[in-house]
Amino acid sequence: MIYEFFNNLFGSEIIAGFIAASLPLLIFILPFALIAVLLERKVAGHMQDRLGPMRVGYHGILQTVADIIKLLQKEDIIARDNDKLLFNIAPILVFAGSYAAFAAIPFTSAYIGANIDLGIFYIIAVTGLVVAGILMAGWASNNKYSLLGAMRSAAQIVSYEIPTILVVLTLVMFTGTTNLMTLSENQTALFWNWNIFGGPELSLAKFLLIPFMIIAFLIIYISTLAEVNRTPFDIPEAESELVSGYHTEYSGMKFAMFFLAEYANMFAVSAIVSALFFGGYHSPFGYLGNTLDIQWLIPVEQFFWFTFKGVFFVFVQMWLRWTLPRLRVDQLMTASWKYLIPIAFVNLLIVGIITLI
Amino acid sequence: MSVRTEEMVLNMGPQHPSTHGVLRLELTLEGEIVTKVVPHIGYLHRCFEKHCEAMTYQQVVPYTDRMDYLAAMGNELGYAIAVEKLLNIQVPERVEYIRVIMAELQRIASHLVALGTYGADIGAFTPFLYCFRDRERILHLFEITCGARLLYNYIWPGGLSHDLHPDFVRLTREFIKEFRPNLVELNNLLTYNRIFIDRTANVGILPVETAVNFGITGPMLRGSGMKWDLRRDDPYSVYHKFDFEIPVGEGKMGTVGDSWDRYFVRVREMEESLKIIEQALDQLPEGDVTSAIPKRIKPPVGQVYARVENPRGELGYFLISDGSTSPFRVKVRAPSFVNLQIMDELCRGHMVADVVAILGSVDIVLGEVDR
Repeated sequence: MIYEFFNNLFGSEIIAGFIAASLPLLIFILPFALIAVLLERKVAGHMQDRLGPMRVGYHGILQTVADIIKLLQKEDIIARDNDKLLFNIAPILVFAGSYAAFAAIPFTSAYIGANIDLGIFYIIAVTGLVVAGILMAGWASNNKYSLLGAMRSAAQIVSYEIPTILVVLTLVMFTGTTNLMTLSENQTALFWNWNIFGGPELSLAKFLLIPFMIIAFLIIYISTLAEVNRTPFDIPEAESELVSGYHTEYSGMKFAMFFLAEYANMFAVSAIVSALFFGGYHSPFGYLGNTLDIQWLIPVEQFFWFTFKGVFFVFVQMWLRWTLPRLRVDQLMTASWKYLIPIAFVNLLIVGIITLI
Repeated sequence: MSVRTEEMVLNMGPQHPSTHGVLRLELTLEGEIVTKVVPHIGYLHRCFEKHCEAMTYQQVVPYTDRMDYLAAMGNELGYAIAVEKLLNIQVPERVEYIRVIMAELQRIASHLVALGTYGADIGAFTPFLYCFRDRERILHLFEITCGARLLYNYIWPGGLSHDLHPDFVRLTREFIKEFRPNLVELNNLLTYNRIFIDRTANVGILPVETAVNFGITGPMLRGSGMKWDLRRDDPYSVYHKFDFEIPVGEGKMGTVGDSWDRYFVRVREMEESLKIIEQALDQLPEGDVTSAIPKRIKPPVGQVYARVENPRGELGYFLISDGSTSPFRVKVRAPSFVNLQIMDELCRGHMVADVVAILGSVDIVLGEVDR
């Protein structure tokens, strides 16, 4: 484990913890956000019968780097009537909330930021910071559009947390653990052992569970779309109604923080969904490292599969975004309270009964 | 201490992505429910009507382009018909056919913008670019004909500035052939999308009596179920020779006269326009397009009202001549201007997000509202 390695190297728990915690940010989230922004634009471009960025670098691969440089140079505008303290804290809080979630996500069997037993609930709790940050941003901007966007966002995230938690509870009941590491480890070996296919134990219950697991997966995927404010639930940022919602007044790096948080969040929820249902970092068909008997190859392969699954779900999010129109606020609430929550609840009961039998 | 609540006034525009130009809507909100809408216009006012009084009749043509800049051909056609009525001259058959082809191509181009931006207002950005891709081909057809893509100065009183390009007929037929499947694609992507229907059906219902009382025309009136189309009911040019349907709102997804109906009327009108263009291309006569253009326009004293069915509704020109070479008065009945009045009526009791959906279905062009 990386934490132990640094602990031995420096002989200090604090330094080791610090390095182990900031590693994913430096080597994963920042580059991921850079690539994901480009990917989004390229996906959008090709879906819309155009090319997307083409000028900076080969096929525009350096476009986001150029954008970041531009954002760094921009003037940091704070309007006279803004609440300066809240205005400055908000982007940091939003980013911290989405970054902290990565601590409990297992990247490979060899690396997890913090192996907490209540991992999945820790993630749900810590992403709550994002809501506070968004509300702060909307309030501190002193702008009616921002305020409307922030209120919508808070309402939306709070309502969609309920179906998410119900599905997580279903999984917790079924697997008996809230530790994401253990959860992923349980789904080892072939893809047939993934939770979406009823888990690793071969019995009648496994086959009975498959349809309910698929329902659970669909519910959590839709809810997480809403939690990260993606189309068709991008109401808080509804460009054509609220200009860009709670971050209308932000410019420069503060805006970039919101942007970065959005993409980090997209990946975080995708990683959680894949850890819950699709075996986390596990390969769907065994490891090359086992066949060749090279032990260090296994984590590398696991990291590849982890990224692959995460990016795949991020791609689906982008796909949906450039295909679907946007719901209206009341329709969004209807979808959550009238459909997702009852279905998730019934699903929870049924999975409980099947597991008991 | 008692809790006091107050309504919030939200200014939507003049700089806002969904007001389709420099329109300011003063919304009074109770939470997210709209209680009152006051449109403020005039940000794009250019004194078109007054300006015309200092121009000769020919010089007015480029100014008409700039009113409804998405349907410049239609504007020119209306003006040309008005001046021809005043002069009492007959134009050659070929000119009439080409004018119809241009007006209908322009109708498709204009509806494509209307539908695409409507999709973008609702949050679907991809159909917007698909629409613009097809519109681009129409603009190319205009460009090879008269050299301009947006403001053509093509239809003159008495004739046309240029004859058709030799490739025009072939390219137009190709466009029609390739556009039909694209229209089906647009329907699958946007029109019958469940979320789109949820957002637009039963939103902003316009009963037909209200529509008539407010003087609403064009796709909005037809969306409310009234079969009123000047091409059929007061035929001008050679429209009486063509066979086409007048689509009306049927309340297929909700109530008759809702935003979805207004949207769908436009989709079906594009199909009908394609039919008209095909027939006109088949019957296109030979001839000289510039022979009837008068060298000097000096109409007798009198007044005339000519109206055409523009993509947005009835576009009327009221001209008064005092016998000189420039008009004494030009009054334009702009469909967008009249249609915009209905906003308050339609938006009351809806949410902010619906205001965007309703405004998009009204389909205004600010160049025409303000003139």
